[in-house]
Amino acid sequence: MTAYDTLIPINIVTGFLGSGKTTLLARLLKSPALRDTAVLINEFGEVGLDHHLIEHAEESVLLMDSGCLCCAIRGDLQGALRGLFSQRERGEIPAFRRVAIETSGLADPTPIAYTILAEPVLQHHFRLGSVVTVVDAVNGVAQLQRHPESVKQAAIADRFVLTKSAMADDGGRAARAAVRDINAAAPVLDLDAEPLDPDALLTGDLYAPGGKRREVAGWLDGFAGVSGEAADHTHDHTHDHSHDHSHGVGSFCLRFDGPMDWTAFGLWMSMLLNRHGERVLRVKGMLNVAGVADPVLINGVQHIVHPPTHMSGWPDGDRRSRIVFIVQDMDRAVIEDSLAAFNALAAA
Amino acid sequence: MCSLCGVLGGRGHWTESSSSPEAFASRQEEVTRRRERQERIRLANRILGHYGLKLADFSGGSYVLSTRTGRSKIVDNITEVWIAAEAMTGNECDPLDPRLLGGLSA
Repeated sequence: MTAYDTLIPINIVTGFLGSGKTTLLARLLKSPALRDTAVLINEFGEVGLDHHLIEHAEESVLLMDSGCLCCAIRGDLQGALRGLFSQRERGEIPAFRRVAIETSGLADPTPIAYTILAEPVLQHHFRLGSVVTVVDAVNGVAQLQRHPESVKQAAIADRFVLTKSAMADDGGRAARAAVRDINAAAPVLDLDAEPLDPDALLTGDLYAPGGKRREVAGWLDGFAGVSGEAADHTHDHTHDHSHDHSHGVGSFCLRFDGPMDWTAFGLWMSMLLNRHGERVLRVKGMLNVAGVADPVLINGVQHIVHPPTHMSGWPDGDRRSRIVFIVQDMDRAVIEDSLAAFNALAAA
Repeated sequence: MCSLCGVLGGRGHWTESSSSPEAFASRQEEVTRRRERQERIRLANRILGHYGLKLADFSGGSYVLSTRTGRSKIVDNITEVWIAAEAMTGNECDPLDPRLLGGLSA
């Protein structure tokens, strides 16, 4: 079996119409670190990409028998990626070491992630890299309010790139707050104010050498308050509130003091995702697994869970398990109590 | 690896530590695949009992899930257990169900 971290990473660059995905990609592809990147594009935008290895894929979706929309194999992507890999193996195209997929603005990126992680052939050659969601500082909040697809794009992001902040009256503060309200586990890079770092955005992910510490810090930073207590971003949907851009999506971080039993955790998580996977949009965590010295890192997208990996040593003196959930209309306390009850089974 | 679709031909299930040896390399005590499977079956049966089901090992590679009336189904991994459990009983197997959680802590 091929080690997961040796598979070809695929980055998804998503974001709403006109948010600046192609402009971002064009700038990133100028970096020497991304020279060996194949690019798949789902739509033709106004900005041309000058890159030596570009394929275009028409959207088509093959729904699985379950009818679950997130578990749909994107037929276009399946064909395009299989074709790219086949050409690469035959030496007909340069041996790319990374793929970047630019989605159409209206795309729900979850079936793209599912296709990469679960398609029987692709999963042996490719792995899902970081998902970059581009957010327009001028129109981003309105797009989140009007289009559930954009909320999904924000929910599964590993990083946000804020564009056009220099043109926004508030410097992009409202758009930044809106996406952090949905997904506080993804760092935000302001393209108008900060240097573009391809390593931080695309290449330095959880499975890249040296990327783990920064990745985990990025998950947890959004939940660290002044006192170090949880700063959750879920909303009480029994009352009116101002977060009407979130469509019920929010994030929170659970912390567990004692060690986590891996077998009990696996039973609980698999059962939770089977029943509620459509509403558990992302799960990312650093677990203190009983009997294991180093933290075990978990990373899931809806019904799919990446193989766990580990980090060499704890990043700080805090050895509590910390699990970030990005969910839709789910109650933090119920999830926390349920996991605690399952974990207690192992000791019984 | 998908809990709903059960696409065949994938890697080992993510819940099996033997499928990700790198992640558990700092284990202080060796845990064999067989021992982990036995523990998984023991814990799963605490949960499945709530639905009138029982899980057993099948040839060290699969599981057999049975009802009290003797109906049974062979499944490959723990995700398939939950799918089969719901199909065999017609009930939702929900880890957030307070009745289940109450039963587990009793």
